Amino acid sequence: MEKAVKMKSRELNLFYGNFQALYNINMDIEENRVTALIGPSGCGKSSFLRSLNRLNELIEGSRISGEVFLDDSAIYEKGINVVELRKKVGMVFQKPAVFPMSIYENVAYGPRIHGIKRRGELDEIVCRSLQSANLWDEVKDRLHVPARQMSGGQQQRLVIARVLAVQPEVILMDEPASALDPISTARLEELIAILKTRYTIVIVTHNMQQAARVSDYTGFFLDGCLLEFNRTEELFLNPRHNKTEDYITGRFG
Amino acid sequence: MPGTRMGEKALTCLLCLSALIIVGILLAVVGYIVYKGLAMINLDFIMQAPKRAGKEGGISSTIVGTLYLTVLSLAIATPLGVGTAIHLEEYAHKESYFAFLVKLTAETLAAIPSIMYGLFGFVFFVIYLKLGWSIWSGSLTLAIMVLPTITRTAQEAILSVPREYRENSLALGASKWQTIRKIVIPAAVPGIVTGIILSLGRAIGETAAVLLTAGTSLGMPLSPADPARSMSVHLYMLAMEGLSMERAFGTAFLIIILVLFINYLANRSMSLLSHSGG
Repeated sequence: MEKAVKMKSRELNLFYGNFQALYNINMDIEENRVTALIGPSGCGKSSFLRSLNRLNELIEGSRISGEVFLDDSAIYEKGINVVELRKKVGMVFQKPAVFPMSIYENVAYGPRIHGIKRRGELDEIVCRSLQSANLWDEVKDRLHVPARQMSGGQQQRLVIARVLAVQPEVILMDEPASALDPISTARLEELIAILKTRYTIVIVTHNMQQAARVSDYTGFFLDGCLLEFNRTEELFLNPRHNKTEDYITGRFG
Repeated sequence: MPGTRMGEKALTCLLCLSALIIVGILLAVVGYIVYKGLAMINLDFIMQAPKRAGKEGGISSTIVGTLYLTVLSLAIATPLGVGTAIHLEEYAHKESYFAFLVKLTAETLAAIPSIMYGLFGFVFFVIYLKLGWSIWSGSLTLAIMVLPTITRTAQEAILSVPREYRENSLALGASKWQTIRKIVIPAAVPGIVTGIILSLGRAIGETAAVLLTAGTSLGMPLSPADPARSMSVHLYMLAMEGLSMERAFGTAFLIIILVLFINYLANRSMSLLSHSGG
C-alpha cells in the first residue's frame, strides 16, 4: 500500500563555507509515516533535517544546490515564504528549549505570532495541542506557572505541543529523546506512534532500537552521503551495504 | 610538608588581610561621611534652596539638577546603546569590519577620562551647537559617556540568551524581528537594566564633565534649557571654595545614599538575571 510522497529531496548538496556537508541526497519522505535518519556523529543527518525547513540558513556561509520539495513546491525557490514553510514544517530540537514564560504562553507563542489574538480561540488551541502531546492531564491545573518548573520529559512534550499549535503538516525531530530518561523516552515514542496518523514525521536518532521501534523508513547517512534508504525492517534485517551492517550491529559509530 | 603548610597558612592570612583592608577602607570612607554628614541631614536641607552661594540653606536645586541630568542622559543613551547592541549581536556579521569598528569605538570611549568628555561637550554642545551651559549640554555629554557601558552590558545580556530560544522561535515561523522582540529582549531585560543602573551611578557621581557643560548655576532648573548644578558639582564647589564643609559632607552623605541604593538595585537585577538564565 503506497502512500503519497510528502517531501522529497533531489540531488541536494549542502555546503558550510568550503566544507561540503551533504552529497547528492535523493530521498522520498512519505506522508503519515515516520522516517528515521541514522548514522554516526557528523554524518550529515541533522544537516539534512535542517535543510527540510531551511533552518540551515541560520549558519553564516551555508548554501545548497539541488532541490527540496514540500508537496509539489520547491522550498528553496525564490519568492517562497520561509514563514509559511516553517509553519508547515515544524521542528522539535534535541534539547527542549522552553521559553522563559508560562506553559500557556509557550504553546500560544506560535499562534500569536501568526496573528491569532482572540482569547477563546487561543485557549482552544492551547488545550487541543496539549492534549495531542499527551500533556494536558498533567498540566491542566497549572497552565500559568513558568514552564521551566516542569520535568525534562514534560518540557519535551511541551515543545511538541508548541509545534502542534502552529498546525504543521510535517514534524522534524532532532534526537528528541537524547536528554530523556527511559520512561520519558517510552512516552515520547508512544506519542510519535499516535502523531504519525495525522502528521508526517522525520526523526534523527542515535539510538538504533528507537529507529527500529518507531519508524517505517530508515535512511543511513555516512560522511554526508545517504548510503542506504529502505523500509525499516528491510534495512535492519537485510542491509544491502556492508557499512550499514557494521553500523547497525555496533561495529562502529 | 610542614613548610608548605606554613606557606599555605601565611598565604591565607595575606589574602584575608587584603580583604580586610578593602572592607576597612570602604567602612572608613562611608563611616566618615556618615559621621560628618548625618548631622546636616534634615528636611530643610533637602527641601530648601541654597542661599549665599551654598553657605546657607539647603541643596534642593542641586538634587533636582542631578535628577534631571541623570534621567535625561539615560533616556538618550539607553535606546542608542540597546539598539547598537541588538544590531551588533543579531544583525551584523560577527567578523565584519563595521562590527569591529563599533566594538573598538565602544571600548575606547569607555577608557577616556571624563574631563575629555567635558571638554568635548563644552566645545561641541555648549559653544558650537549654542546650547549654552544647560541640562541639555550636560545630559548629552553624560549620555556619550555612559553609552559604552550600556552598550556592552546590553550586548552581554543579549549574548547570554540561549541560541536554542532563537532557533525554536524561528522554527515556529517567527520572523527575526518577532524573535528579537518577543524572546530575546524580554530574556535580556534584567541584564540591560543592570547596565542602566550602573550608568546611573556613574552619571550621578560625575563632576568634571558636568561642571564644564551644565554649569554651576544654583537657580532651580525648570526646563532642560536651563543651566544646573549637580550634587557632585555642588560638593566640589563647597569644598574647593571653603564655603561650608558641613554642607559639603551633607551633600556627600546624600550622594552616597543614592549610590548605595542604586548598587542595591543593580544587585537585585543581577540575581534576577541569574535566576531566569538558569
